[in-house]
Amino acid sequence: MELIFERSRPGRGSDLLPPLDVPECPVPAQFARKQAPRLPEIGESDLSRHYQALARRAFGVCDGFYPLGSCTMKYNPKLGEAAAALPGFTGIHPLQPAHTVKGCQLVMAQAEYALCRITGMDRMTLQPAAGAHGEFAGLLLIKAYHRHRGDKARTVILVPDSAHGTNPASAAMAGFTVRNLPSTAEGLVDLEALKAACGPDTAGLMLTNPNTVGLFERDILEITKIVHGAGGLVYYDGANLNAVMGVARPGDMGFDVCHLNLHKTFATPHGGGGPGSGPVGCKEFLAPFLPGSALCGNGGDHSIGQVRAFHANFLVVVKALAYLMRLGSTGPAEAARGAVLNANYLKHKLEEAGYASAFPGLCMHEFVLTLEALKKETGVSALDVAKAMLDDGIHPPTMYFPLIVHEALMFEPTETETPETLDQAAQVMADILRRAKEDPESLHAAPHTTVVGRPDETAAARHPVVRYVFPEE
Amino acid sequence: MGGYLPAAPEERARQYEALGLSGPRALYRDVPDQVYLDAPLDLPAPKSELEARQSLEHLAAQNVRFPTILRGAGAYDHYIPAAVSAIAAKEEFVTAYTPYQAEISQGVLQSIFEFQTMICELTGMDAANASVYDGASAAAEGVAMCRDRKRTKAIVSGAVHPDVIATIRTYCFGADTEVVVTTVKEGRTDLTGLVDDQTACVYIQQPNFYGLLEDGAALAAAAHAGGAKLIAGVNPITLGVLESPAAWGADIAVGEGQPLGLPLSWGGPYLGFMATTQAMMRKLPGRIVGQTADAQGRRAFVLTMQAREQHIRREKASSNVCSNEALCALTASVYLSMMGPGGLRQVGEQCFAKAHYLADALCALPGVRLRHPGPFFHEFVTDLPASADVLAGLEARGILGGLPLEGGLLWCVTEKQTREELDKAVSIVKEVLGIWN
Repeated sequence: MELIFERSRPGRGSDLLPPLDVPECPVPAQFARKQAPRLPEIGESDLSRHYQALARRAFGVCDGFYPLGSCTMKYNPKLGEAAAALPGFTGIHPLQPAHTVKGCQLVMAQAEYALCRITGMDRMTLQPAAGAHGEFAGLLLIKAYHRHRGDKARTVILVPDSAHGTNPASAAMAGFTVRNLPSTAEGLVDLEALKAACGPDTAGLMLTNPNTVGLFERDILEITKIVHGAGGLVYYDGANLNAVMGVARPGDMGFDVCHLNLHKTFATPHGGGGPGSGPVGCKEFLAPFLPGSALCGNGGDHSIGQVRAFHANFLVVVKALAYLMRLGSTGPAEAARGAVLNANYLKHKLEEAGYASAFPGLCMHEFVLTLEALKKETGVSALDVAKAMLDDGIHPPTMYFPLIVHEALMFEPTETETPETLDQAAQVMADILRRAKEDPESLHAAPHTTVVGRPDETAAARHPVVRYVFPEE
Repeated sequence: MGGYLPAAPEERARQYEALGLSGPRALYRDVPDQVYLDAPLDLPAPKSELEARQSLEHLAAQNVRFPTILRGAGAYDHYIPAAVSAIAAKEEFVTAYTPYQAEISQGVLQSIFEFQTMICELTGMDAANASVYDGASAAAEGVAMCRDRKRTKAIVSGAVHPDVIATIRTYCFGADTEVVVTTVKEGRTDLTGLVDDQTACVYIQQPNFYGLLEDGAALAAAAHAGGAKLIAGVNPITLGVLESPAAWGADIAVGEGQPLGLPLSWGGPYLGFMATTQAMMRKLPGRIVGQTADAQGRRAFVLTMQAREQHIRREKASSNVCSNEALCALTASVYLSMMGPGGLRQVGEQCFAKAHYLADALCALPGVRLRHPGPFFHEFVTDLPASADVLAGLEARGILGGLPLEGGLLWCVTEKQTREELDKAVSIVKEVLGIWN
């Protein structure tokens, strides 16, 4: 389809503003632009059709099953959208005087309170704009805590080899050295390896629980004790909180600081990649280091500073609060149990269909298949299977993650799916497995029904074209 | 019911049965008893949708919405065409994930490619990324792009937005980079004698925090003379009328995209954009969409140059950024397409003219004067007596006045405010100051 620049014709556009009603006042020549930016010139009707065509070429939770592991693609309730569109929220300037923003402050306070109750933390900042942003802020709390005590030797963050890529990347950004921890054959933290890695240089451990293979770290109390014993702090990556919210709390497990993803666990939409929100919770002893804002205030006595301007991705917090109100005291556990039940149900169905789980037994809210044997037998890879799912209107699971599982496909169905959706997905997967054995070529060539086939990613990276090239160039 | 579970309780019971499980505790058998919660959380009871909606509407109603906003300082009250909000609310865009599965995500990918192109056009740069969290984090990531083993110092103009300076400091605390904030001379950046062979980059803002226009070309030349990069934080709404940062010598252009069709929303979500030259393109953090083709030669878009990113490079990645502000970037693209080059120029011209109209009218009052000499865009600082009383007087009549700043007020005017509103504001200031002529 055409790019919007290809639809542009000189002289087209919309009249949106009234004529200037004060005397003209030209920009001084020294600062004036000499060549106008080549923005599209297009009427509103064409613009509307352009974006409708783009919408048809997108795939949202509204379009079908989205079992994307580690991303918690649950249904995004419309109440949140309605609340976030209220003019009493959208029309508020971030630097209005405090007595004119009581509603915004109450939204923040109520969300913070609920998230503290759910995580077992004492304090919460809503400032970070995404999960990785929260990781960065949370790690800076750990850094500031050790520095404040005058302990500059603690420079190492321990990260399991199954962790999300953001964990080591955030630790590096916060100035730490990353030490990777091997997992056991069962997919859990290796306690002996952890003990060996802990020492006077340990600033902390970052852990996702349930972890990225979808298992609850059953030795969690021992794990946090080992790290604390060595003088380090323990960081909870909240990416997988959906499995345990209302069932078990990171604060009770011994974690000192955590981040949450409101755009995963708390049902705010992903927006094609954002905006999200990544609140950070901590125990009371870390409160003096919490972020504030130079213009808006609110930082702790020994604040790490701030990680973005103003208060928060406020409208995302409004959407999450709408969800939290609906769930109240009992809904979080109901949602978590539903997520874990659906994951085990789908896992069971896929195993029945002949797929191999990377780890046997019960899982939490997600599970990982390994297609290593299938690939050896038929040449059909995890990528081929994922691409074949596209033809059946299912968003593929997360591919090739975690790194410790070969030919990995990670499924997270979430609690907002019915049993028949899971049954149908299992049937699709069974058919794909049959085709893998009978006609592997058709899977190598998948998808067949999408608007484009597999794009040439190598060429894209080798000769990057990252903006439209205008005909006159 | 609770938790938005679509399945009926009997259906869930059958799922447990199919798994041979007695109930929830059996699902969570790996969770130790010491941390397993067997009582509801200490939170209010679940609300029906009607009750929750009423509570949220009640919260919104407790805010004061000013019909006239004469305050900017990093968040700007511009007109948002009706089509912008309608298009950005399409459920396919709102509920999609990051477009890793390119074949079913061409719509999102193309929208980002178009956004990148528009940012390149505005800034005059060769490459842009798909967005970061906001203007302040974009500034901090821009500084990180310039990190160099031999050059460990970042110079930041003192005339930059305070939240931006603080965010740069926080990121640099993480990276152990030294931050030097320049002095400010008559409201503008004073770089005299600061750039040395340790300096990796100089960060300036155009127009600056006080609304003033900096001599970008001179500052870029000073940075380059010392071997440092020049990073420009720009307000994109100005770039229909102001010269592009690339034209005056910036190596990296970043900024806050909120003025491009995003509501004020008490500070977020907003939109950080980043653009740079061909030479520095591979140092850009975050997602970037590139054009390629499928096996049949059909044009296709993909996330590209991913070898820079955290999910591939882990601790060696150029940044940890993962989620960004894709939907806000799409919103900005729709806004820029609605405005077109003519509309964007018109917005810039009206902001400029109306701000100067208000500044002239205020400064015609005895005791009121502009704090800084020289050209400004759509914000300016006045010194005036009793600024707290002035703000209270304006507030009582539905006008959010300028931001209090070291005894003065930092005003902002956009295309949205009418001459009538500006005249009304001036007459209230007169009244409060007891000027009756």
